[in-house]
Amino acid sequence: MTQKNRIAIAILALGGQGGGVLAEWIQYVAREAGWLAQGTSVPGVAQRTGSTVYYVELARPDKGGAGADGRMPIMAQMPMPGDVDVVVASELMETGRAVLRGFSTAGKTTLIGSTHRIYAISEKQVAGDGRGNGEKILAAARERSARFIGFDMEAATERTHSVISAIMFGALAGSGALPFPREAFEAAIHHSGKAVKSNLAGFAEGFARAQGEIAMPQEAAPEIPTPTTTMGKVLAARARAGLPDAALANALHGLAKLMDYQDGDYAALYLDRLERIAAMDRAPFDLTQEAARHLALWMAYEDTIRVADLKVRAARFERVRDEVKVKDGQVLTVTEFMHPRLQEVAESLPGWLGRRVMGSAWLDRALSKGRHVETTSLRWFIALRLVAMGRGWRRSTLRYAQEQGRIEAWLDRAQKAAETDLALATEIIRAQRLIKGYGDTFERSLERFAAIMAQADAGTGADALRAAREGLLKAA
Amino acid sequence: MAERSFKSEVKKLTAGEGEVFTGEGILAVTKGLLQSGVAYVGGYQGSPISHLMDVFADANDLLASLGVHFEASASEATAAAMLAASVNYPLRGAVTWKSVVGTNVASDALSNVASGGVKGGALIIVGEDYGEGSSIMQERTHAFAMKSQMWLIDPRPNLTSMVDAVEQGFRLSEASNTPVMLQLRVRSCHMTGSFIAKDNVRPAMTVGEAASAPIRDLQRIVLPPANFQHEVEKIEQRWPAGIAYVRDNKLNEWFGQDSDTPEIGIIVQGGLYNNLNRAMELLDLADAYGSSRIAVYCLNVAYPLIPEEVSAFCAGKQAVLVVEEGQPEFIEHELNTLIRRADLQTRIVGKDMLPRSGEYSAAVIRDGLGKFLRAHAPHLAPAEAKPDPLPRDVAMEIPQRPAGFCTGCPERPVFAAMKLVEKELGPTHVSADIGCHLFSILPPFDIGNTTMGYGLGAAGASAFKPKDKRAIAVMGDGGFWHNGLTSGIGNAVFNKDDTVTLIIDNGYSAATGGQDILSSRADNPVRVTKNPIAKAVQGVGAKWVRLVERTYDVAKMRDLLREAMTSSEKGPKVIVAQSECMLNKQRRVKREQGKVLANGGRVVRERFGVDSDTCTGDHACIRLSGCPSLTIKSNPDPLRQDPVTHVENSCVGCGLCGENAHAAILCPSFYRARIVSNPTGWEKFRQGWRARIVGWMQARDNRARMARAF
Repeated sequence: MTQKNRIAIAILALGGQGGGVLAEWIQYVAREAGWLAQGTSVPGVAQRTGSTVYYVELARPDKGGAGADGRMPIMAQMPMPGDVDVVVASELMETGRAVLRGFSTAGKTTLIGSTHRIYAISEKQVAGDGRGNGEKILAAARERSARFIGFDMEAATERTHSVISAIMFGALAGSGALPFPREAFEAAIHHSGKAVKSNLAGFAEGFARAQGEIAMPQEAAPEIPTPTTTMGKVLAARARAGLPDAALANALHGLAKLMDYQDGDYAALYLDRLERIAAMDRAPFDLTQEAARHLALWMAYEDTIRVADLKVRAARFERVRDEVKVKDGQVLTVTEFMHPRLQEVAESLPGWLGRRVMGSAWLDRALSKGRHVETTSLRWFIALRLVAMGRGWRRSTLRYAQEQGRIEAWLDRAQKAAETDLALATEIIRAQRLIKGYGDTFERSLERFAAIMAQADAGTGADALRAAREGLLKAA
Repeated sequence: MAERSFKSEVKKLTAGEGEVFTGEGILAVTKGLLQSGVAYVGGYQGSPISHLMDVFADANDLLASLGVHFEASASEATAAAMLAASVNYPLRGAVTWKSVVGTNVASDALSNVASGGVKGGALIIVGEDYGEGSSIMQERTHAFAMKSQMWLIDPRPNLTSMVDAVEQGFRLSEASNTPVMLQLRVRSCHMTGSFIAKDNVRPAMTVGEAASAPIRDLQRIVLPPANFQHEVEKIEQRWPAGIAYVRDNKLNEWFGQDSDTPEIGIIVQGGLYNNLNRAMELLDLADAYGSSRIAVYCLNVAYPLIPEEVSAFCAGKQAVLVVEEGQPEFIEHELNTLIRRADLQTRIVGKDMLPRSGEYSAAVIRDGLGKFLRAHAPHLAPAEAKPDPLPRDVAMEIPQRPAGFCTGCPERPVFAAMKLVEKELGPTHVSADIGCHLFSILPPFDIGNTTMGYGLGAAGASAFKPKDKRAIAVMGDGGFWHNGLTSGIGNAVFNKDDTVTLIIDNGYSAATGGQDILSSRADNPVRVTKNPIAKAVQGVGAKWVRLVERTYDVAKMRDLLREAMTSSEKGPKVIVAQSECMLNKQRRVKREQGKVLANGGRVVRERFGVDSDTCTGDHACIRLSGCPSLTIKSNPDPLRQDPVTHVENSCVGCGLCGENAHAAILCPSFYRARIVSNPTGWEKFRQGWRARIVGWMQARDNRARMARAF
């Protein structure tokens, strides 16, 4: 590297990630070491959330400085595919974009990329899961570089209370791809004079992580619940005895969820229903496994009782404090944005009351506006806790009757299909994934679900049904 | 005030003789103006030349000490008209804007100043927004230079050449009594590098001195018979004078004269020279310092061409490759004419080897050059490279990242409200404008049918004389003051248009870098601000005018829009939607709050969150927002498969998520967290007893739940 007279560096970042600052630091390091440095970029509208390429070229004057003829190098203004020595990307898909645009070359380029995701609007706005496949990007990054340094820079930023540009700068220094010592990089941070302490911490973290293994962001794998109560143990034993192993993990999660949602009897009802499906199934037991998932989710439908119950829990208060990073000595208030419609309120009351309330013009007016519910205040906490107590009469609510009816019809349909076509039955079960949301969104999702069921009734096969469901989940 | 402070850049502008200036290309050009004794500067901000305007806006003291007059012009037309000061007086003046759009706006004044000609040097610095990252139509400023006969300088992209071009530009302008355009591509404006500075020079005559001794010359006014005389002057005097100056001062450059392949050559626009050299270097046809094995004629002056130089370069060559970015290929056409007139047999080759459209990156030039060599000098030609694109299935995983509204942007709720009205009343024709608000045409809002230019949102809707359904026009405050007040609102009043016009009043010319405008709410010591848009609208006769002072109130926005769409009142309906640009607000507020916090003062921070256990992952909220801080994460529930919505800590608590949840009846998962640092004693006390009572109840509930749990 020291023999080389030019180093080309491409930085791919999103607007607001400090790609420009990083480019400036690099140029400072190079200039201090007697190199010529040029940076170019096309900020423009890309500054606003778009992806931006910064290009830095470091070069030495002819004859290593004040040479005989003192000729200055001609610098290019954008990265040239096949001629980029170092790529630094601030996110996994931007790493992929560097590869896509040919900036990273096998056998030549040191590719430094974060493995965390910042999702694009096209990924976020779909009704299901629109996320791109990161594994494919990682594989391509390894293949199309001389060396790939990949780690979760977002987590590194959080750990050091720093900014991602400092992490990238540290990783660049740590990669050894530039012929400058560590102190020279740190001097650039000192020179800029802004947030020096946290930037140095971020730099050190990036430097260290550049020496490590390629690592994707860590996600805690959920543990399979173990029963703690007598009822729990009875039901778990029953599940173990009556269900195929393949379905057991989902079934145990389902039991835990429904006991939390309602009670042991309700969880027992879940097992009754599941055993009915399992009896139709055979290896590899996809149907039972999927039914264990979707039946539990449907039976734990989100009525106002459930929402209130989840909102007032101590664990939720803890989680919010954590998420919004409340420090000791700070005071936190939490306000919910609730807009239950008359229908939802009526459906959560005992049946007799619900039916009377349903026609109430007065209550309809009262509910026409959204409520700001300050859960941390005593008044609203108690109010929500009262709603949560509706768990006691949930079985008598209109909504309960409705949902159990829908569930039974759905299971009957799956059971009937299973007699001849297990794959079809599995797809019928999986259609539950379409049911989502609250209010209008919920109603629309029910319509989508009904459309799939109608297709199943009309004799549509498993593959077509799966395609239809996936289409609806990808729709924005 | 602009997005960032330019105080440190202003300091760079004071560099004296022999000092090394290191910084951005556009700032080097700014320094070049001061070194050239410029007397006045004007312009309209926009990428990529905003920083020239911003740094001058912050350089009041320096400019005053030099006697330089600076104005942030109301439009490019205003700026171009400023050049009138160079018509009768030996005043050097410079104006700047984003091109081609700004040149379009300026061209009335430009034609006039080009017709009468100038005595003092007149320099028009255009930031050519072409190629990657551009947000405008892809056209060439070159055409304007040709049609008005102004000279067009396109210097090699290094700071020394660019600064020289400023000084030469003024001299060329004075030598030929012709305005000169200095064209800078986006990457050159934002390119960093160094050059050796000279002392700043006070203008030989200041604008004040000129004004106190007025000169009138009827021959310089564009009215018969002078206008006909101007045309003759252009051809018989200014044109030859311009050519002579360019030739005698060797503004164009020659490389690779001792070429081992004299039968071919390359003619390149100055601004593309570096990319050409890189392409040649990678084909082993040049070294990194510009020593070339093929003769290169570098057009630092792209218009006019110098016939003698062209003949001399082409003589004896079988084929010459023209590297000319954009289309139509004016230079290639003109070269063919010149070659014909000189009766040379050289083939001029250009767009048949290089792409007709798009930016000429080094990679593009390398491919075109390879093609050219295979046809005309096969012994130099490289082997054809086999492309090795990323497999399609991998490429498909990489999402596009369209530009979008910033976190907490006050314009987002306006379009969320429009989306809700659209649900009720069905789709409407929406005439969009230029500005951040144009991002509405992209996901998730997908609102807007056309955009016809800056400030022309309302004008773009003027053909619609609705029977049942009104068209909606969107206009930003920047575009409003640029021309929208007259071209849009005045026009609609006069023609009894029934359309709905939404004016987004965020307090800045936000898309161009947050510069102040007439209606800015900030105090500005050197400009007059705080002129309400609503007052101006009423001033031109609009009757139905409503002001929304908090755009985040989605329900109110929605109701007002519905009213505007359905009101029986005749004439234009104007809604002024007013909330401060969040990018600029955060910049201001963060600084203020940091100070308060440092002194132990009470500071309230708000942000939103989503409860992942009630979120069902349908993302309807995202489809009504698209906020960068509103994103998704893997579902913590082991049974659920679709990601849940998640609010990142970058949330600024603008309130839209809550308003949307209410107005669109979305979902109860959103919460607003209000975090008070250094709370008052009463707040601490209240918090204490609340926590005790709530905690006691929660502990009881927990025990009960554990008893019935799994």
